[in-house]
Amino acid sequence: MNKESPMVEERKRDADVHLPGNQPEIAPEETRLRVAALRAYYEKSLAVNNVTLSIKTRKVTAIIGPSGCGKSTFIRCLNRMHEVTPGARVEGKVLLDGEDLYGPGVDPVEVRRRVGMVFQKPNPFPTMSIYDNAAAGFKLNGNRDRRIIEDKVEKSLKMAALWEEVRADLHKPGTSLSGGQQQRLCIARALAVDPEVLLMDEPCSALDPIATAKIEELIHELKENITIVIVTHNMQQAARVSDYTAFFYLGELIEFGTTDKIFTTPEKRQTEDYITGRFG
Amino acid sequence: MPFEHTDKKYEEELKKLRDDILYMGGLVEDQIQKAVSSLVDRDSKLAETIIERDHEVNRMDVEIDDLCIRLLALHQPAGKDLRFITTGLKITTDLERIGDMAVNICERALELNLEPQLKPYIDIPRMARTAERMIRESLDAFVREDTDLALKVCKDDQEVDDLNGQIFRETISFMIEDPHTINRAMKIGFVSKYLERIADHATNIAEMVIFMVKGKSIRHLKEIPQSI
Repeated sequence: MNKESPMVEERKRDADVHLPGNQPEIAPEETRLRVAALRAYYEKSLAVNNVTLSIKTRKVTAIIGPSGCGKSTFIRCLNRMHEVTPGARVEGKVLLDGEDLYGPGVDPVEVRRRVGMVFQKPNPFPTMSIYDNAAAGFKLNGNRDRRIIEDKVEKSLKMAALWEEVRADLHKPGTSLSGGQQQRLCIARALAVDPEVLLMDEPCSALDPIATAKIEELIHELKENITIVIVTHNMQQAARVSDYTAFFYLGELIEFGTTDKIFTTPEKRQTEDYITGRFG
Repeated sequence: MPFEHTDKKYEEELKKLRDDILYMGGLVEDQIQKAVSSLVDRDSKLAETIIERDHEVNRMDVEIDDLCIRLLALHQPAGKDLRFITTGLKITTDLERIGDMAVNICERALELNLEPQLKPYIDIPRMARTAERMIRESLDAFVREDTDLALKVCKDDQEVDDLNGQIFRETISFMIEDPHTINRAMKIGFVSKYLERIADHATNIAEMVIFMVKGKSIRHLKEIPQSI
């Protein structure tokens, strides 16, 4: 008879405890954002056409595609930033934890607190110090207690992996930092209001490779707690940081799948041509 | 491929990789054919020439490896290109091993040619023809991205395995009848085994071609699938 190692036996005992039916409810692939039949227009032109897609909780979803394919417009629909542009409108549904962000009575400001955003060019508030930049959103949400704000600033800067570099200079202007540091300051500012989702629109395209690597490292750390959607032109970056990838072309979602699959064996011809650098 | 890469230099390098693999494949096929001739025709001079020419096979192996690594490092290929380049890396390893087998056949031929011929060679050339065809077809499948042809190569391997079994039984019976034949019979058995291994390498190439085209691995399955 085969004698099994103690470890194998132990695993078997553990397995016995969780018999089917007794298993704790673990759903590692929960959906945080569900996008259904989304259409986004600028005046009469259709920028995003009928996109349906689920964004998984605490995963990184990358949106790739050539310029003008609607990637940025798409993510701007996820926190109601699209409608800020004059003449822009949205049709369809975006459900955050089951609640329609475009439903009647939903406050867009509250949506943007829950779904934060970081842009291509670092945009710290130019007249504010590092400290005030990190605290800005948090204060706007009505927090006035200085101790709580201080804690929040420290925590957010730590989460954005910037604390060690700026702790001695918190009162210097935000714009005195390097580009990469400014971008992390903007991430800290977004994190200070405890968003559930963080949208990143080409967050590294204005940064050098080292600053880019720091942001990518940060993305890996942040996804422990936050769902991230990142738009990027850099396909290697999408391959490195994301769990899921969506390929957009001419306003349509062509293919959505795990990043492994999209970059090794995509199903659609257009995806294949794009990721391998062929354009028809 | 209907669409070419926007980066023309990349496109050229991928084409060069394809051409190099084909050149190496043609070379290796010729090596086997001549190695078997050197045995069947008892041509020791030919055997020496073929052993010498293995350097060329080895040179191609190193050159193609370098090209693949350069392509991986400089272009970060994805999708089909990634599968093409990694398949290229593996195919050359198989081709290089086939080249070594041709050398082994020549070495046995040199030894066997010094002694009287044990028996007429009938099954060995048959095996060699099938093995050569398998290499040729696996490389055709590679160029044409033809998974049906690749699958045929995988199935043909059985033919070579059967012939190897037959030669094995035959050489054993020689050895049992007359122990003086052991030396020669074993060497013939070795040649048969080399050819059987060559067919296995051709099968590896065919399996890699299926992976390259379909992104699906059919390696190490109990049975060869009927279709992909």
